Amino acid sequence: MIRLENITKTYKSGGTVTKAVDDVSIQVEKGSIYGVIGYSGAGKSTLVRMVNLLERPTDGKVFINDIELTSLSTGKLQKTRQRIGMIFQSFNLLKTGTVYQNIAIPLKLTGVPKKEIEARVDKYLEIVGLSDKHEAYPSELSGGQKQRVAIARALAHEPEVLLCDEATSALDPDTTESILTLLEQINRDFGITILLITHEMHVVQKICHEVAVMENGKVIEQGRVVDIFSKPETTTSKRFVQSLFQDELPKSLVSRLKERGQIVNLSFIGESSGSPALALVSKKFDVYPSILAGNITQLKDQPFGRLVVHLDGEAEETARAVAFLEENGVVVEGYVQEVEAHVG
Amino acid sequence: MSARISEFIDLWGVDIWEAIIETFQMVGISLLISVLIGLPLGVLLVLTRPEKALENKFFFRLLNAVINVIRSIPFIILLFFILPFTKMIAGTTIGVKGVIVPLVVFTAPYIARLMESALLEVDRGVVEAYEAMGVKTRHIIWHVLVRESRSSIVLGLTIATIGLIGATAMAGLVGAGGLGDLAYRYGHLRYEVDVMYVTVFLLIVLVQGLQSFGNVLSARLKKD
Repeated sequence: MIRLENITKTYKSGGTVTKAVDDVSIQVEKGSIYGVIGYSGAGKSTLVRMVNLLERPTDGKVFINDIELTSLSTGKLQKTRQRIGMIFQSFNLLKTGTVYQNIAIPLKLTGVPKKEIEARVDKYLEIVGLSDKHEAYPSELSGGQKQRVAIARALAHEPEVLLCDEATSALDPDTTESILTLLEQINRDFGITILLITHEMHVVQKICHEVAVMENGKVIEQGRVVDIFSKPETTTSKRFVQSLFQDELPKSLVSRLKERGQIVNLSFIGESSGSPALALVSKKFDVYPSILAGNITQLKDQPFGRLVVHLDGEAEETARAVAFLEENGVVVEGYVQEVEAHVG
Repeated sequence: MSARISEFIDLWGVDIWEAIIETFQMVGISLLISVLIGLPLGVLLVLTRPEKALENKFFFRLLNAVINVIRSIPFIILLFFILPFTKMIAGTTIGVKGVIVPLVVFTAPYIARLMESALLEVDRGVVEAYEAMGVKTRHIIWHVLVRESRSSIVLGLTIATIGLIGATAMAGLVGAGGLGDLAYRYGHLRYEVDVMYVTVFLLIVLVQGLQSFGNVLSARLKKD
């Protein structure tokens, strides 16, 4: 379990003080995958680097399994860090070492017995699917393979927690997909708690149980992924969700349609919830729903669908239709024409 | 032609051979000691700079200043300038033994600078990854910093060694001998042009050989 309590990080350069992270509290349950999403400069990278004290918080406390990291001596901190794996956007492998050495050297330096080192390297290279690359140098590997080596290196310490600092940001979409699958598998098979940061909503959608949205050093929204997807509260969250659905409508169309009835966003969560409800609307009320845009996608545990629907009818009738939809488990939100652009 | 060569060898062979040995002695011993001093200094220059593991403004500035001061002094002046110090350390100021101290004082700061620039090339991210794995700083120095920059270190040491060979030419002034001294005394002062040519040729071969060896070794150590 990871617990951050009122973490703040300020930088002083020259006369100006910058708050990179501003009073953030997060709790990541044991065995879960927690995502922190934000645009660049939101402070998410600083945040994840404070979990293992690569950066010391100016204020606040960091707990890993109820051990307060922020109060440990250097020696104790080093011992505890061995239980916290970390992978990076730039992989950070030794260029001068083979795949085998890249995994074995840190094990040796942290006091793992010689006999066990070989067994562990074999085991974890197998898990990441690189059993045939023992003697390869990083320069001979693709980006995805390098990240796999980095993951094997982290896993070889048999950590309880894995921190991912934009681990897929340097990879192409296919490779990203396979690395995410691997992370999910690690989480499932070894019960390793994962805290990842990313600027891609897709990563959150695919593997995270919970998510925190960061902006200007603050967590502006956090909760279960499905909740953020169906009812994003803040503009930034809305933009992130929108980035996956691409259901922006042409302005002219929206203004024309708004003359009669209203446009709503419908979110369907899970396999069956609410699916016939929309069809029933036209039968039960004097309202004609027409679908303007729609998409269904897979969240970590369940499918998630989103429709943009025009409800054509008198205000009273459409209001009743909306209430009916909500009763049937559909999350209804007014359609917002244009989520204002992020200024970053 | 061959008669002239054998005559030359009869006449100068022993002197030249001895000079070669002396040069190798001076270069070998002072290089070894200079590396033992310069490498740690280079590491300190990297680690004590702002925002590094052992950040220490005072020490960093002091070390920088001392290195710059020593590096400002030409070897021929340094040789005499530090005579009392040489006497204190080595017990003598003449011969091979007497020249090792000034050679080390001359070369160690140079190596420290070369090591500094080599170590600074190492990707900060790799060091961070090792910190994140709970590896001790002293292990990171050797297994990450030095290891990852070994190719640049070899090139740096090649440059330092060649500089050192140049400096030993002045060792003759304190009676330490060597190839440079031979060329100066016989070739220049006594007008034995052949001796000058041969020693210069030998020095060229030596430096060329060293540089090529350094390049090959450096390339082999580089894996990216």
